[in-house]
Amino acid sequence: MEQKAIRHKLSIWNAVKSLVSGLQLTWRHFKNAKNRRTPEYVTDKNYFNQPDGLVTLTYPYEAIPVPDNGRYRLHNEIDDCIVCDLCAKICPVNCITIESVKATEDIGTTSDGTKKRLYAPVFDIDMAKCCYCGLCTTVCPTDCLTMTPVYDFAEVDIKNMIYHFTDLSPEQAEEKKQLLAKQQEEMAAAKAAALAARKQQG
Amino acid sequence: MLAFVLTLVLLLSIVIVLAYAERKVAAFMQDRMGPTEAGPYGSLQSVLDVLKLLQKEDIVPAAADKKLFKLAPILIFAAVFAGFAVIPFTPDLVPAGIGIGVFYLLAIISLDVVGLLMAGWGSNNKYAMLGAMRSVAQIVSYEIPAGLAILAAVMVCQSLDFQEISYQQGAIMNQFPGLEYEMNWLFGIEALGINTTTIGGITTWNIFRAPILLVAFVIYFIASLAESNRAPFDIPEAESELVAGFHVEYSGFRFAILFLAEYSMMVLVSLVAVILFLGSWNTPLPNIGPLSLAYWTTGTVGELSGILWGGFWLLSKTFVLLFLQLQIRWTYPRLRVDQLMHLCWKVLTPIALAVVLVAGIWRLLMI
Ligand code: SF4
Ligand code: SF4
Repeated sequence: MEQKAIRHKLSIWNAVKSLVSGLQLTWRHFKNAKNRRTPEYVTDKNYFNQPDGLVTLTYPYEAIPVPDNGRYRLHNEIDDCIVCDLCAKICPVNCITIESVKATEDIGTTSDGTKKRLYAPVFDIDMAKCCYCGLCTTVCPTDCLTMTPVYDFAEVDIKNMIYHFTDLSPEQAEEKKQLLAKQQEEMAAAKAAALAARKQQG
Repeated sequence: MLAFVLTLVLLLSIVIVLAYAERKVAAFMQDRMGPTEAGPYGSLQSVLDVLKLLQKEDIVPAAADKKLFKLAPILIFAAVFAGFAVIPFTPDLVPAGIGIGVFYLLAIISLDVVGLLMAGWGSNNKYAMLGAMRSVAQIVSYEIPAGLAILAAVMVCQSLDFQEISYQQGAIMNQFPGLEYEMNWLFGIEALGINTTTIGGITTWNIFRAPILLVAFVIYFIASLAESNRAPFDIPEAESELVAGFHVEYSGFRFAILFLAEYSMMVLVSLVAVILFLGSWNTPLPNIGPLSLAYWTTGTVGELSGILWGGFWLLSKTFVLLFLQLQIRWTYPRLRVDQLMHLCWKVLTPIALAVVLVAGIWRLLMI
């Protein structure tokens, strides 16, 4: 391609004119510095209507709202969790760890009426491993595992990135386990007794 | 001694305000917010910056020429600071009122160049060396149009004494010993027959007394940008190519001194521009008939009112010029070396020579 030299009009008048227009531009921005952009969501009418003023948001104090269906930090409402383990199974990075203990007595229902039968002595989600795919929230049958709008949860120690959602203390968990073991022993004993009785009959 | 301490304190406070203003002005022109955290609206930022610098380790590179390296910041700052000695701050307050103030100022500021070269050479760093060489080439070149522009003002005022030049540009001219019977005419031309001696205000500023000095002022202002290494003439410290120019190896206290010297230089050249061309500590308001605005806003010489008004006008005019320097920095891109020299030798110097000639002729019309 043939290159053509660009000819400038090198008159002093043009030079002064362009220098002045440059100064006008910065002056205009300086003058408009009293306006500030407001932290609004993108659907807001005003979002694209803020042509001048400072664009900085002082982040920890102000932030643009996140979308409702955004995928950020997980939260588990443990009272509504039936410990079905579906979330742990679907998770592509295996960052959910669940241990379950069968309840010996009636432990009530979730807020949507599903019967709860299991305790969860361990319900950990490792947010450092999580890829925020949201699969776990879609499979959860009771909708207790949800995404929150919180995205700023950096930690100094990576251990703190593991979130513990269980509502049982270790002692309580131990107690539940013993209760279950005892019940199972009793049931086994009962079964053995029934078996022995049948054998005698037969 | 007292004058020394007072000037130093005044200078430090102006520089701190200026460093803060620079960051805020830059931010506003780029639609940012600038410092917001330290103090209300971030106003303590530059104070904290200085404190931080003072705590830093003072590193002297192993391969540096230690003597030159250590001496350079002191020399640079001393040269700039010595320039303040002859600056009249108010009608009767000047740290050292000597009769050849203008000449002294030009001479002492040139010493700055030696310090820059020492810093660049002593650092034993190619960027520092390049920066220092560019800086020296630029400052030495631009001293010529700046000097010629100052010469034009000196010719019109017929004095090398900053205080006398200041008095000439106001309504209280006749109070200066030796100027009792001098007169100011509109545009300096006696034939017009309009006597502005007692009108004062903006009509007696040098750029009005002899409008040719308006051209001299523009030349001096451009040249002063180059002398204080400000954008668009900041190739000596061009961050993107030379890291930081001659002070790339400096840290801690020594860097703070260099930083201070740089900003002091900005303040000094603006002060000189104000004194020589923009009426010094004189009020811009003229006496209009019974409304003696000029007298009201000048105060009485020798009393507190005179000191306050004088200082107020001088500093506010200086800050206007400083603001202009900041705005220019954030508006114009950096010049190339050849463009820089072209502007100096082929544009400013010939115009400045012509201005000196016209100023001489103008002076003939003024008497
Ligand atoms: S969002 Fe995805 S990666 Fe994170 S816990 Fe749920 S399934 Fe696992
Ligand atoms: S899928 Fe829902 S109900 Fe099932 S274990 Fe996970 S969080 Fe609990």
